[in-house]
Amino acid sequence: MRYDMIIAGVGGQGILSIATVIGQAVLERGWRLKQSEVHGMAQRGGAVETHLRIADGEIASDLVPKGRASLILALEPLEALRYLPWLAADGRVVANLATVENMAHYPDSAEVYAELRRLSGCLLFDAAELARQNGGAGAVNMAVLGAAASCLPLSVPALEAAITARFQRKGAAVVKGNLAVFRAAAKLAEAHAYN
Amino acid sequence: MSSDRRLLLADEAIAQGALDAGLSGAYAYPGTPSTEILEYVQRQAPAGVHCEWSANEKTAYEEALGMAYAGKRALVAMKHVGLNVAADPFVNSAVTGVNGGLVVVAADDPSMHSSQNEQDSRFYADFALLPAVEPSSQQEAYAMTRHAFDLSEKMRVPVLLRLTTRLAHSRADVTPAAPRAQNALALPDDPRQFVLLPANARRNYAALLAKQPALRQAAENSDFNALTEGPDQSVGIVACGLAINYVREACDGAPCPHPILKIGQYPLPEELLRRLAEKCRTLLVIEDGMPFVEARLRGVLPHGWTIRGRLDGTLPYAGELTPENVARALGKPAAVVRAASALVVPRPPGLCAACPHTDSFLFVKEAMAEHPGGRVFSDIGCYALGALPPLEAIASCVDMGASITMAKGAADAGLRPAVAVIGDSTFTHSGMTGLLDAVYEKSPITLLILDNGTTGMTGGQISLGAGRLEAIVRGLGVEPQHLRVLEPLKKNHAANLKALREELAYQGVSVILSQRECIQTAKRR
Repeated sequence: MRYDMIIAGVGGQGILSIATVIGQAVLERGWRLKQSEVHGMAQRGGAVETHLRIADGEIASDLVPKGRASLILALEPLEALRYLPWLAADGRVVANLATVENMAHYPDSAEVYAELRRLSGCLLFDAAELARQNGGAGAVNMAVLGAAASCLPLSVPALEAAITARFQRKGAAVVKGNLAVFRAAAKLAEAHAYN
Repeated sequence: MSSDRRLLLADEAIAQGALDAGLSGAYAYPGTPSTEILEYVQRQAPAGVHCEWSANEKTAYEEALGMAYAGKRALVAMKHVGLNVAADPFVNSAVTGVNGGLVVVAADDPSMHSSQNEQDSRFYADFALLPAVEPSSQQEAYAMTRHAFDLSEKMRVPVLLRLTTRLAHSRADVTPAAPRAQNALALPDDPRQFVLLPANARRNYAALLAKQPALRQAAENSDFNALTEGPDQSVGIVACGLAINYVREACDGAPCPHPILKIGQYPLPEELLRRLAEKCRTLLVIEDGMPFVEARLRGVLPHGWTIRGRLDGTLPYAGELTPENVARALGKPAAVVRAASALVVPRPPGLCAACPHTDSFLFVKEAMAEHPGGRVFSDIGCYALGALPPLEAIASCVDMGASITMAKGAADAGLRPAVAVIGDSTFTHSGMTGLLDAVYEKSPITLLILDNGTTGMTGGQISLGAGRLEAIVRGLGVEPQHLRVLEPLKKNHAANLKALREELAYQGVSVILSQRECIQTAKRR
């Protein structure tokens, strides 16, 4: 078993939380993991990405080689496009629709959406709206994770247990909100026919 | 697999390795990509293990050296440029040697993800005649830390542990070993060991030189240096630190066809290199950082060998190793990958919404617009982002503390007004002494200390001068009537602008303390 993915977003959007949840589930499963993160200056609103590699044996590089990612999971649509050279021929993209236009010359969002929708295996959805509707407005990242759950080599209960572990110290209400958002997004993805 | 497996950054694996090796104290100043080392010790250390931040890397280093003097194990961690700040104690501690174990962690940042240069700390170890270790994985980072303490105590010298950003900030499963106890307090046998008067220093230096063959032998025999056979001897590979991972990745699970020497411990294992060279007339050196081994290899091998790497362009001189550039260097055909999207534009970092620095820069910019010949010299921290649009408010960002001293030098040259902008933590790191220079000479400079009460860029660590900056500035001799304290808020803009204008007109040292809490630390409370 070998699964490579990239989690992308803008500094401060919570991509490390997604990686932590997946990492916890991988550890519980008894598999190996390498997870290359971005810390420091870029976390101040810059482009940030996590390379996440899961395997049942030895993993060599900390970085996913180009063309090898089975999944790009993005909290921002332009950040999904940024990592296209890493996406495998049969790879999938799960991306939040909401743009973060914190720099000059942000492209026309309609063009960004159109390019993403042209990819086979792309799910583009309003994660913020879904999070709001399910009582976890702060859980946009869990919405994106939930929508990608069926792509991952991990079971939904295993991911749910990891979410519970991740948010436990923030209290039962936070755990409940994150789980509700995760489940609603997983359900939405089930109904989605990948083109 | 052991149930004790945990997911750790290499930074955290080093910290856990140090704790399990019987650490008594960790010392550091925050700096990407090294910050997580001390943060982990702060979260995990048992009571009684020192783990508070220091004012800068030099004070941190000397405190660690003091702990090693007292016979206990100390770790000091910094980013690569922090070792410049601590270079004085680093080089001299090679001459004193240690009593308890001392491990110096330098986290280098090739590709300059969060830094102003790509310097390679292995040169420092070589320069100071000290051994160094360089991990290839998180598990090795864990094991190497204890090994470095053992080597330090056996050879009685500090040991450098060098890693790069990619490993420092990558997480993997690590299985820890059984912890061991701390050392007891034990003073050096020789009272002259740490007294580097010339007569003592000459004797100590001779002893350090005499240790070199044993240090080299330790590297030749180290489990972290390994020569592996391979049938294809058209090229032999030298892979330092994490480079071995990219070589394995390029082989995609198959054994590497070439003989390969993995290097994880220095000084350079010259015998192992010669053994590799006996098989292969062409050697490819792969190292993350500068061509340290590649350049030295030319002195180890006679003429007639071809040495490839960053110096001959087989790998780029600048920037970190990647799976792609290593595969290319190994002659693998490039993978066919999707084209980059034409829509993608860079997304540089910027100051947070509602950041107090923005409000400070807005009145600084407005005041400086009235002085086209003036300049604002800045420093290392979030406020360096004031160089980017839309603010474009600063003329320099060079090294910790350089805002004040460069403003003073420019004022010496006749530049008016010469303004310095520095954060509170950078001021107590390396700004105070420069301010004293300016006070002594009554230099016409205006210093703004952007006091957000924290070390912001690295994630909000403690700022040692918090609550004491006014007293420090007054104590350095700044005239009380030219020390202003203000709050950078939109509603205070006019009053703040007026205060700055008045101080810009003063032909002596003025200090404006612009005080408002970092928006990130405020949010967390």
